[in-house]
Amino acid sequence: MIDLSVALTALGGGALIGMSANLMLGLSGRVAGISGIAGRILEPGRRDRAWRIAFVLGLALAGLALAPALPESFAETPRPIWLVIPAGLLVGYGTRLGNGCTSGHGVCGMARFSGRSYAAVGVFLGTAVVAATLTSMLVGGAA
Amino acid sequence: MSARFDNREVAVALVAGLVFGAGLVISSMTDPRVVIGFLDLTGDWNPALGFVLMGATGTHLLSRPLLKRFAPRAVAAGTPTKRPIDRPLLVGAALFGAGWGMAGYCPGPAFTAVLPALGTTLAFTAALVGGMAGYQMLHGEPSLHEPRDETC
Repeated sequence: MIDLSVALTALGGGALIGMSANLMLGLSGRVAGISGIAGRILEPGRRDRAWRIAFVLGLALAGLALAPALPESFAETPRPIWLVIPAGLLVGYGTRLGNGCTSGHGVCGMARFSGRSYAAVGVFLGTAVVAATLTSMLVGGAA
Repeated sequence: MSARFDNREVAVALVAGLVFGAGLVISSMTDPRVVIGFLDLTGDWNPALGFVLMGATGTHLLSRPLLKRFAPRAVAAGTPTKRPIDRPLLVGAALFGAGWGMAGYCPGPAFTAVLPALGTTLAFTAALVGGMAGYQMLHGEPSLHEPRDETC
């Protein structure tokens, strides 16, 4: 049974994410894709690091500012640390190689009907379901 | 590019980052248990992630005609050139999905949850940056994509 308040909160939070994508596209002509924004800070010779750092800082400051009011929104992953580190490496490398993550391909790419983004979302959602299910079965840490 | 334009771009990015992060916190995407609850088919299924994606994609999709009308140049600049579906796209997406399902974090929530600093979140985000740096070392050329081509 789907809890209505959970659904509405999730839709509302999602709407804020969509508004953020609107701001970036309408005012700066940029795609609000987090892996591209953050990953390219590390690219040598880049001259547009300031706004990239500002975006990532905005994310982090939003978390810091809202944590006291919404502590229940934060928790550690139930997965063991020996899995968390390789998972982080895979997410970092994979999103750069695949040129996008849940925001760039999921939100922005799907909203403009990009075939590449639909393909990417299909693949990463599919592998994520398999990985999450197998991890819960073999290692534990189901939600 | 004038310094004034740069300042504006930095301000827009900071506000957009704050709004994005607030959306992730409000919708509990900063709790990996909620994310795993959506992805893991064995446990108690949690639909929240699906609603977040619908809300975000829907809002942006419905706004695009307005953005196109009032900021046509910005939208054109922020629209990546069409490219074919290729191997790096699919392999990268598969590796990303594997890591996402293993730990329950994708990049946005990892950066948003990093300052309230819970041990494993910090470890994940550090590894995430390490993976991005690894990509840079292996595929270093900066102009693989057009300068404004962020993603997709």
